[in-house]
Amino acid sequence: MPSKNLTSIESLVPIISYSLVNNEQTLNINHKNLLFVLNCLKKHINCQYNLLTCISGVDLLQNQYRFSVVYELLSLTFNSRLRVKIFVNEVTSVDSIVPLFCNANWWEREVWDLFGIYFQNHPDLRRILTDYGFEGYPMRKDFPLSGYVEVRYDQTKKRIVVEPVELAQEFRAFSYETPW
Amino acid sequence: MILKKKELNRELKNFTINFGPQHPAAHGVLRLILELDGEIVKRADPHIGLLHRGTEKLIEYKTYLQALPYFDRLDYVSMMAQEHTYSLAVERLGNIKVPYRAQVIRVIFAEITRILNHLLAVGCHAMDVGAMTPFLWAFEEREKLMEFYERVSGARMHAAYIRPGGVSSDIPLGFLDDVYLFISQFNLRLDEIEEMLTGNRIWKERLIDIGVVSAKRAVEWGFSGVMLRGSGIAWDLRKHQPYEIYQDIDFSVPVGSSGDCYDRYLIRVEEMRQSLKIINDAMNMIKPGPVKTDDYKISPPSRTEMKNSMEAVIHHFKYFTEGFVLPHGETYTATEAPKGEFGVYLVSNNTEKPYRCKIKAPGFGHLQALDDMSKGHMIADVVTIIGTQDIVFGEIDR
Repeated sequence: MPSKNLTSIESLVPIISYSLVNNEQTLNINHKNLLFVLNCLKKHINCQYNLLTCISGVDLLQNQYRFSVVYELLSLTFNSRLRVKIFVNEVTSVDSIVPLFCNANWWEREVWDLFGIYFQNHPDLRRILTDYGFEGYPMRKDFPLSGYVEVRYDQTKKRIVVEPVELAQEFRAFSYETPW
Repeated sequence: MILKKKELNRELKNFTINFGPQHPAAHGVLRLILELDGEIVKRADPHIGLLHRGTEKLIEYKTYLQALPYFDRLDYVSMMAQEHTYSLAVERLGNIKVPYRAQVIRVIFAEITRILNHLLAVGCHAMDVGAMTPFLWAFEEREKLMEFYERVSGARMHAAYIRPGGVSSDIPLGFLDDVYLFISQFNLRLDEIEEMLTGNRIWKERLIDIGVVSAKRAVEWGFSGVMLRGSGIAWDLRKHQPYEIYQDIDFSVPVGSSGDCYDRYLIRVEEMRQSLKIINDAMNMIKPGPVKTDDYKISPPSRTEMKNSMEAVIHHFKYFTEGFVLPHGETYTATEAPKGEFGVYLVSNNTEKPYRCKIKAPGFGHLQALDDMSKGHMIADVVTIIGTQDIVFGEIDR
């Protein structure tokens, strides 16, 4: 499955590391080079990774660069997949790749919505999955599972009210490090 | 007062309507903001997330086994296809080998699920466009397929049957005979549906040249599955990146030519026929043997073993409370789900819980092309396009 021609691209684009684990190729790059590298991978005759499968964010919490943004690319010509990873912290913004892959639009909106990673030059960076007027970034590791607010319909006010979440039972975080 | 013609400069403002979220043709909770010029769609802005349940977040707080049932509830018309992808991802991270019989059973159920999904897709699409009857016929057949689900797992929909390391239990006696009975009559049912639709003048007028996607655009939008094949790109993960026993099974991949809704309908019908062939072949290939791996860290021991062995009881207890640990690693595993490429990006960190589980739902990628596909079409065609994209909100909103 991995394309043999990737060695040539390593000399073409600036990368930090390349790894091949379980037949899955991963490319770690600097976030400043993102557009350039993806452009090369998309258009170079020996790569042709022209289909963007998905973009996912990962919160690494304890790392110096807290988030990683993972781009899954697919080359239909060479039947090969490639994962491109960048690492950013809370304040750095990532270049939007919508000019290269138009379907990155919603995937980047999703990462912005759930992780709060800002994509600059994105044409329409709105929240996508969470509710209208939602605050916070729910997929971050420091966001509690139950959230901060709950929503219900108030019979007397005849409208939906947002209240701080109230749990009938403490949230039990099962840790099996020492069962007994 | 006489107005000269050039002074009569009529300013027409575009009309914006709100389609959904409670509209029967919106396939769930899609809210579309449609900007109309008369009846012509100028812009379609889908608002999604009304069914967001935080599946990915919840999975991070569950063990690998407890996370499995969430996958049934993503795309709730192709349940086992998604369990299958997740199980494959876990197996790849843990380097787990699956017994042959389990692989065959998985393929049989993956294809049963494909029929299950396409019946709903074609049936509901026909109903959105105005034909009520095929929908009822399709649901009759889905009932039989869901009985197969029920017989192996006890649940008609949310089966949790395909598990990391194999399947949860062996198929019951006489099960394959009944599957054979089903596939021998299902071709005729498909013929009936096709008789009603394929040559139907109204159906063709509503579908041909609607929502045309060129091959180039399909790749740019990152389509997969039927949406990609409808545009003439022969790409099927079962063929190109085979998993389980698909490389040993001979089947053909239908490909469209014009990339319109009618092509995609024809592909779905043909895929159901191919699925019948795959099920038939797989049933001939099945052999007696174990249905789950014998590594008791990954799969529970049998009841008889637990009656006789203390070790087995401990394994059983540890398996269902603590779960199993996967070493550090990450994988993107994708399979050909009925709707397209369903992928799981799983990151493990040497604990019993996934560190991150990203779900790549095919519908999410397809729906964002709705604006592009419906531009310039009539408002009634938007319904056709939503139908042909085979949208299910469970997977899009996650």
